[in-house]
Amino acid sequence: MNIRHHLDDATLMVYAAGSLSEGMSLLVASHIDRCAHCQQRMRQAEAVGGALLEELAPVALAPDALDQVLALLETNAGSPEMQTPVRVRSQDADIPMPLAQYLNKPLDELDWRTLVPGVRQLDLRLGGPGATRLLRIAPGLSVPHHSHRGNELTLILRGSYSDELGRFQAGDVADLDEQISHQPISDSGEDCICLIATDAPLRFSGLMVRLVQPFIGL
Amino acid sequence: MAAVISLFKQAPPVKEEWSACLAGLGQSRDKSEYGRLFQHFAPRVKAYIIRMGMTPANAEELAQEALLSVWRKAHMFDPAKANASTWIFRLARNLCIDRLRREKIQFYELEAEEPDPDDHHAGEHAVLATRMAESIRTLPEAQAQVLYLSYYEGRSHSEIAQAIGIPLGSVKSRLRLGFEKLKQVWGESS
Ligand SMILES: [Zn+2]
Repeated sequence: MNIRHHLDDATLMVYAAGSLSEGMSLLVASHIDRCAHCQQRMRQAEAVGGALLEELAPVALAPDALDQVLALLETNAGSPEMQTPVRVRSQDADIPMPLAQYLNKPLDELDWRTLVPGVRQLDLRLGGPGATRLLRIAPGLSVPHHSHRGNELTLILRGSYSDELGRFQAGDVADLDEQISHQPISDSGEDCICLIATDAPLRFSGLMVRLVQPFIGL
Repeated sequence: MAAVISLFKQAPPVKEEWSACLAGLGQSRDKSEYGRLFQHFAPRVKAYIIRMGMTPANAEELAQEALLSVWRKAHMFDPAKANASTWIFRLARNLCIDRLRREKIQFYELEAEEPDPDDHHAGEHAVLATRMAESIRTLPEAQAQVLYLSYYEGRSHSEIAQAIGIPLGSVKSRLRLGFEKLKQVWGESS
């Protein structure tokens, strides 16, 4: 996979710190699953966490804490854990492994809802202040011009799109914040399918969008 | 138990030895080795859990649970992939997310048998860890602050922006600058 657009360092750090929402973490994990460059940077960001753990001023445990835990070691509670659970097999080569655990069908068979002709979505309903959804855009169509109040991560699963920032193809991630306003256009022969995670609602510009936004809930 | 306790009176290993200690524990399941790891890491894990927002009483319980997990998972620790502190940090972080937010966050894991170009000898990890600690101590205040708020308090970019009253973009650029400096520990600048 020839990945050209990567995660921002600032995103990788909060992911490694465990401070990203479930949806954004899912997207980050899905990109990293196929990106050696970001895998290496994530290791480094986790090593920062390890170093910071050493820097913390220790807080003493109860005097009998060690004895309590030692008493559990030989019981069931202390039995060795099995190796990493078997990874779920992906139903579709275009679905990265972490995302496969949230979807039960190949991309083409999912329960897509039409937003406007040519644009369909599937909300993963993960909760939290933002949203996590799959968006499917027919060739030649565009998502309305919008900016963001917080961060927006987009991972291309199939097809491609272009916007003011460049061309994004399968595996690429667009890591945007409130300083960027863009209008992506699906620009290959097949539908562009992407995973989008935000940590705050998007902000659209233009009258048509203001009319449509309440319905599509973007 | 008395015999076990007396072994803890040995001088604690210097930082570099913790990875060897943890890797050895996976093989030996030796309780005195475990006790030494416990006495070093449990108070740090408890401090971390409190920072993440747990009450001291709950933090005590969760820290004990985290350290029990160290025992249960020690055989999965691979000193070529990370040092002991990083491995225990990950474990404590995942437990906190699970309990505090009731979310199952996915963290990327290399398959055990997967070759990793980034593997290092345990000794190299120890050198890296020492250099990283020095590097963290010399970060400018503004960068250290955002680092602490995300790693120690689990705050998102926008929560940090709100907490210290700066724009979201500044939070991100401070994190980037800080990471840029810390990454130089690995001898790369990009
Ligand atoms: Zn990447």
